[in-house]
Amino acid sequence: MDGKTNDILRKYPKGSRDSLIPILQDIQDQDGYLSEQALVEVGRYLDLPSGKIYGLATFYNQFRFGPPGQHHVCLCHGTSCHVTGAGDVRKELEKKLRIKPGETTRDGKFSFELSACMGACHLSPLIRVNGRYHTGVKPGDVKEIMDSYIEGGEE
Amino acid sequence: MLVKIEVNNRIIKARKGDTIMSALQTAGIKIPAICSMKDFTPTGACRMCVVEVEGRRGLVPSCSQPVNEWMKIKTHSPRVVKSRKTIVELLLSNHPDDCLYCVRNGNCELQNLAEELNVRERRIMGKKNNYKLDHSSPSIVRDPAKCILCGRCVRVCEERMAVFAIDFLNRGNKTIIGTACNKDLNFSSCINCGQCIMVCPTGALFEKDALMELEDALHNPDKMVIVQYAPSVAVSLAEEFGVKPGREVSGLINAVLRKIGFDKIFDTSCAADAAALEMAAELHERSKRKEKMPLISGSCPAWVKFAEQWFPDLLPVMSTCKSPQQLLGTILKTGYAEKTDIDPARIFSVAIAPCTAKKFEARREEMTRKGLSDIDSVLTTRELAKLIRLYGIDMNQVGSEQADAPWGIPSSAGRLFGAAGGMSEAVIRSLPHIAGAKDPSRIKYQELRGSKGRKEADIKLGRSVYRFVAVSGLSSALTIIEEIREGKSNYDFIEIMACAGGCVNGGGQPIGTGDTAVKARMKALYGVDEKEAIRFSHKNPAVSNLYNEFPGGPGSEKCRVLFHTKYSERKVLL
Repeated sequence: MDGKTNDILRKYPKGSRDSLIPILQDIQDQDGYLSEQALVEVGRYLDLPSGKIYGLATFYNQFRFGPPGQHHVCLCHGTSCHVTGAGDVRKELEKKLRIKPGETTRDGKFSFELSACMGACHLSPLIRVNGRYHTGVKPGDVKEIMDSYIEGGEE
Repeated sequence: MLVKIEVNNRIIKARKGDTIMSALQTAGIKIPAICSMKDFTPTGACRMCVVEVEGRRGLVPSCSQPVNEWMKIKTHSPRVVKSRKTIVELLLSNHPDDCLYCVRNGNCELQNLAEELNVRERRIMGKKNNYKLDHSSPSIVRDPAKCILCGRCVRVCEERMAVFAIDFLNRGNKTIIGTACNKDLNFSSCINCGQCIMVCPTGALFEKDALMELEDALHNPDKMVIVQYAPSVAVSLAEEFGVKPGREVSGLINAVLRKIGFDKIFDTSCAADAAALEMAAELHERSKRKEKMPLISGSCPAWVKFAEQWFPDLLPVMSTCKSPQQLLGTILKTGYAEKTDIDPARIFSVAIAPCTAKKFEARREEMTRKGLSDIDSVLTTRELAKLIRLYGIDMNQVGSEQADAPWGIPSSAGRLFGAAGGMSEAVIRSLPHIAGAKDPSRIKYQELRGSKGRKEADIKLGRSVYRFVAVSGLSSALTIIEEIREGKSNYDFIEIMACAGGCVNGGGQPIGTGDTAVKARMKALYGVDEKEAIRFSHKNPAVSNLYNEFPGGPGSEKCRVLFHTKYSERKVLL
């Protein structure tokens, strides 16, 4: 058993199904995603079939099921960003990274995800890369921003 | 207690606590429904069963609302009908609309609802579902494009079978039914029982068709095509041709199969006789030595996969005897091939079973010999009906015929395998013979018959008492498994069938039949038992001939090699 998942599980009472979502959140915080192995371990701990856990987790936007890339790109999908052109930014990102939301590039460098409103509507459209915010992004800016991460390498 | 309710301006009596739907059903008013299933807790999800209740603002789902005294209900008011029709139109808006090519054409609940509600045009244009077929399982094919998300498969998988292989994934208009991590079905914990197919209202779930490969073999002059059919197929096939449930038609099946062109026609019940003797020998031997008890039956392939996945600790006590289908398959490609001087590679061995898991079982690695499968192809009852129609055979114009020798005349004990509890009964009848005692005078065990989930009987043999229990429906089996694990069980023989009621209610049986049909099929098997001349497995001449060739009889060394198998823990995503 993965020791780290085990540490998280031990913080919660065994078999307490109402802890499922907090547990999944903790695991995602730690690993960046919910692995198959983690689902099985949580299932064993809470006495839940992994199919049920997967069904529940896919219901929520917040959970990922594949490892994020080295640079995790979140595009705000909120109303304000949408109105100010997030759709075009999204198309440009898809073209540049050659992946769709929810996917990771083959070399593992980038992953791309849509997120709910980030709460900075006056700075829309908004993208967040590795926790750093880029504001007022225009489709034309996408290439430059992404390239800065490729060149910058490890961050 | 009875209460009065007013339905469509007419007063009817209903039992207090009943749902509106069941009260209306008793009164002869049919309410359309999709997600509701008998004996399951209502979910009220599909909203097809809505009715108008005076004083209530919105329409009320009748499947989950209990009746109240003097409730005023309108079941087919314009408002209600319009609402139902819209639901069907919405369901159709993203449906593939390829009814003519659909396996469920003519037996589809969505099609029926569209017809009943007089849907005649596509009013709502939706984006068509576009998902790929999941062909991965040897037993079950999933076509998510045709799924209307009623959730019946999910509930039967959870509540009846305790398998939890499938669930709702994602949200909103992206919702699909899928397995853990959305893997293909053959990588999931699915046990192939096919109960999901039985409850699917549309063609989203169906068995993997074996007719193509069978046709090839039938028209290949180099192949000798041998067929065997299960006893529970013989009591359900007639329903596919509009006959009331409960008619046993093995004579007709023999005739039909001969017309279609099978070279030899055998009865799986004969092998069930051999299996009963093998299990009786196993039981006798183990209880004498007081080891590896209780003996748990391993004839049901769905149960076997269930145990391999979740209860590997029980595998050592499982009976190693092959299922009747595989046992006969083995005999045909070994002893029978030798005696009739045919190369086993030339034999194409077909089994007709009431079950989709049998398709999986036939493909297990343990069921092959020198690269040849013991059973080459498995058909369900439904596929047999399709085959009969394909060959243009009129079931009403066919006379009864005998199956072929030597595996054509079973004892009625072997046939009882088709109903849950029947296997126990067959073993009980032959146990004294195995132990070297006289045949018992009492052979009918009412307590092992009927559709209860758990049936028990105690058998006295000499000074010892054997305790038999037959469970069907895996959720009932869980209780007993718990008892075994806790050491509370004092049974000697445990028969487990995955489907409630046994093979008569298998996942390969006619779709759209209910409890009453299952009961009628059981009764038909019991009826055969009353009339049959041979009622003991060991008195079946084919079986006694078989064991004459094996020194030591049932359970001997050679039998162990041929008729027994092994189980191993199975790693799937649980």
